[in-house]
Amino acid sequence: MKVKVLSRNPDDYVRETKLDIQRVPRNYDPALHPFEVPREYTRALNATKLERVFAKPFLASLDGHRDGVNCMAKHTKSLSTLLSGSCDGEVKVWNLTKRECVRTLQAHEGFVRGMVVRFCGNSFFTVGDDKTIKQWKMEAPGYGEEEEPLNTILGKTVFTGLDHHQKEGVFATCGQQVDIWDEQRSSPIRSFTWGVDSFSSVRFNPVETELLASCASDRSIVLYDMRESTPLKKVIMNLRSNTICWNPMEAYYFTCSNEDYNLYTYDMRHLDRPVIVHMDHVSAVLDIDYSPTGKEFVSASFDKTIRIFPRDSGHSREVYHTKRMQHVICIKWSADNKYILSGSDEMNIRMWKANAAEKLGVLSPREREAVNYNQKLKEKFQHHPQIRRISRHRHLPKAIYSQAKELRVMKEARRRKEINVRKHSKPGTVPVVSEKEKHIVTVVK
Amino acid sequence: MASAVETAVKDSHVEKKKKPSARYWQDSKEKGKTENKSQNEAENGNKRKANKRKLKGDQRGGKMVLSGKSDPFPGPAPLPEERLQKFKRREKSKLPNRKRRKLRDVVARSEVVSEMAQKRAAQFDLLLPEEAGFLEGDEDEDTCMISQEDIAEAVDITSGAKYFNLNLSQFGPYRLDYSRTGRHLLLGGRRGHVACLDWQSKQLMCEMNVMESVNDVKWLHSESMYAVAQKKWLYIYDSKGIELHCIRKFNDVLCMQFLPYHFLLATASATGFLQYLDVSVGKEIAAICTKAGRLDVMCQNPHNAIIHLGHSNGTVTLWSPNQKEALVKMLCHQGGVRSVAVDKTGTYMVTSGMDKKLKVYDIRAFKPLQSYFLPAGASCLSLSHKGLLSAATGDIVQVYKDVWSTAVTKPYMAHRVRGTVWGLHFCPFEDVLGVGHGDGFTSMLVPGAGEPNFDGLDANPYRSSKQRQEWEVKALLEKIQPELISLDPDQLCHVDQASYEQKHKERVQALGFDPLAKEKFIPKLKKKGRSSSGNVERRKRQVAHEDQRDMIRTSVEDKMKIEKEIKKQERKKEALSGLRSALDRFKK
Repeated sequence: MKVKVLSRNPDDYVRETKLDIQRVPRNYDPALHPFEVPREYTRALNATKLERVFAKPFLASLDGHRDGVNCMAKHTKSLSTLLSGSCDGEVKVWNLTKRECVRTLQAHEGFVRGMVVRFCGNSFFTVGDDKTIKQWKMEAPGYGEEEEPLNTILGKTVFTGLDHHQKEGVFATCGQQVDIWDEQRSSPIRSFTWGVDSFSSVRFNPVETELLASCASDRSIVLYDMRESTPLKKVIMNLRSNTICWNPMEAYYFTCSNEDYNLYTYDMRHLDRPVIVHMDHVSAVLDIDYSPTGKEFVSASFDKTIRIFPRDSGHSREVYHTKRMQHVICIKWSADNKYILSGSDEMNIRMWKANAAEKLGVLSPREREAVNYNQKLKEKFQHHPQIRRISRHRHLPKAIYSQAKELRVMKEARRRKEINVRKHSKPGTVPVVSEKEKHIVTVVK
Repeated sequence: MASAVETAVKDSHVEKKKKPSARYWQDSKEKGKTENKSQNEAENGNKRKANKRKLKGDQRGGKMVLSGKSDPFPGPAPLPEERLQKFKRREKSKLPNRKRRKLRDVVARSEVVSEMAQKRAAQFDLLLPEEAGFLEGDEDEDTCMISQEDIAEAVDITSGAKYFNLNLSQFGPYRLDYSRTGRHLLLGGRRGHVACLDWQSKQLMCEMNVMESVNDVKWLHSESMYAVAQKKWLYIYDSKGIELHCIRKFNDVLCMQFLPYHFLLATASATGFLQYLDVSVGKEIAAICTKAGRLDVMCQNPHNAIIHLGHSNGTVTLWSPNQKEALVKMLCHQGGVRSVAVDKTGTYMVTSGMDKKLKVYDIRAFKPLQSYFLPAGASCLSLSHKGLLSAATGDIVQVYKDVWSTAVTKPYMAHRVRGTVWGLHFCPFEDVLGVGHGDGFTSMLVPGAGEPNFDGLDANPYRSSKQRQEWEVKALLEKIQPELISLDPDQLCHVDQASYEQKHKERVQALGFDPLAKEKFIPKLKKKGRSSSGNVERRKRQVAHEDQRDMIRTSVEDKMKIEKEIKKQERKKEALSGLRSALDRFKK
């Protein structure tokens, strides 16, 4: 007779001393883990609920400006530094970790229209309503020294925006025309015009560094190559675009914020049709900034909300608002992909978390693991109705809620009318125009 | 280990024999001349090949050692197919159409990940510390003839101590239950004796007499609470024997089942009610009138938490708390059903009936697999983790192996206890079968019954009280809602593919009209007597006639198209075969 009976040595299964951690032998046999799917579903549901419980995105408000915040600039080398310019011509430099203003300077008379930090991080440029471009040192002046710009260029017309080249000492401004400036010279090395009177925003492409895009007040978006003397091409839309931002990872895409409440992502090579139309705002979109990963972007709107859109989705995944935040004029996504900074009309800069429910600070490995696991579960069961309902639910201010509802009704009515018109006219005379094509007038080369 | 040089030589030697045979296009004279040369070349080639092979091995996983030796077992350890199969969750899904690039990418990537997970889990299987027990007789020795005393003597002392008898002749016969971890035993004597003990250390946790007849006892989710079905009501006690609840909504309960992942206590009563109690919140989830008389045969399917009830008319019914009617009714026996058991994977159901038969069913397909005749008939059945079946016939406990795959003729083990068997339970994660009978309790050794490797996060026999508390919180957070109980527990992860009709219905509802419906022809009203009823009728007929002609035309066109296609294919086939006979020209 041969016999073996299960006999475990308890020493193999319990810890030796109280200082050890408990032993947990695992066996991944599916027969020992019944109800895999319902249990995972329950976990996903719990994770989704907890996410909503912990969604507290608002971190801090930086106050100190004496007029609305008109523009902001991220420091290119330091994560904790933020520059902001207000409507009274004041520029403030903020330390974000301490949440305090470290320097204030009166840069311009009238609005500070645009601001950009040089790629080396040692100086920054501002443009204002007083037709000047000023270059400032990043360091504060020593005791007894006066706050003086490094360099001042007096332009002929008002500048409305500027951007700096990624690697060279070249920057671009926009106003009545788009100008390319060399830092060493006091006159533009190149000027682009294409039959319009004013531009609102100009941005350098972060990858193809010689390319630029700008929004003009004649409802067009114009692309330029710095090396050529004429603009490349433009697309004219139904309404004016306010600002433009390139996707930092897939730099052939750019997104523009439009007056018609939508944002449009274009492929630079095919301007005849936007890749995606991002809808959700209920008023004009004023500013946009991409996350450094290029997967998401954040937009600021006149409707007093901030929305975060995934790059490839037509609707926002998140909306931020507070009672006191007025029209949001400028927005930035921090370079570590964790925070969002918004400057608004009522003189405040607000700091938000990019992921509302994210825990800040260092995570222990087990925490990190749990977070990742929950993330995956949420992803797996995201289409289940109960989970989707919870994860999508957001509280909106009543004005925005009712406005969104009204817009929905209007859109539906328009759609219905179009269907009726099509039904009662000769086949083919009323073509189906997709949402993407609806907002484009023409492309000019 | 052979050196690299040796292997190269060996290879070439072997390959020499395999020199390709001469081909007809090779000139025989030339062959003679170049034979040596070609042979040399072949050798060189073989050497090169061998080198290449070696290199490949190095790249795969073996580390290059300075001395030139290479890893004799390059790459990951081989995985047997059946072990991979064990961890397979579902069939490979078909990749969607190429046009749906994004979805295709996502599906392909998830496929890769799940395959990797499956492989990793299967590899982890190698590291499991314990192996299952077994019992093998010598030549012409039946394992069923081996007595418990012999086994207890042959094995080590701790295991031998797991065979014991408790002489409790006063309040018997006994029902019993093991806790989920297998550490704790609960005994309930018919005449009111209730005791719970840590059976391995033989420590008594509590003992009492409830002064009422006890029908059934059951541990709840942990060893701190248990339910006792007494003469009239259902009671819940804690491990010190303190009465926590008396639940008057549950009366005349005859047997109970606890669904550990749902925290549900299912009870079957003498009045024919199947009731579910959520023990985490203390609410009655469902009370179902089965209309089948006294319910004293009950078991749960551990795979999908469906309750199986056996009835006196020979049927077994399947119940979930979400439906007032039985999900399935199976006629299993002629005469009443005496006992039912379902295996761990939810594949097989074993029933025994008054007709002295023992039947095995595949409950995924509801098909009978095997039918055995037991002369005495089995009164109690129990299935172990590893699939051993124990059946009690009178005062004899028999254990069978592989009842579903092969037609068994002899029991694997047999043991006679001192009274009629009343309760039978395999202990989880141990090779032990607990038998409650008229004269007390017997703990039997059944080698190969228990799952050797437990999962520490699920049911850990060695857990500390702190670990138990943590587990309790986790388990409560993960409590599955009773609405999710269904025959297929994986239903949640399947795509709900709406049928065409359903989709069409939804579309109609969304649009407010049926886009596919044909509009009814309403003849225009014409003046000057041209809208007489005869005229209208004629116009209607005209339109109907046109429609009909259209339909016929399209159907004929379709037919022609198909015929053309067939002809074309035939012609192609002919052209391919290339055999044209002279008579083909007369073919039409």
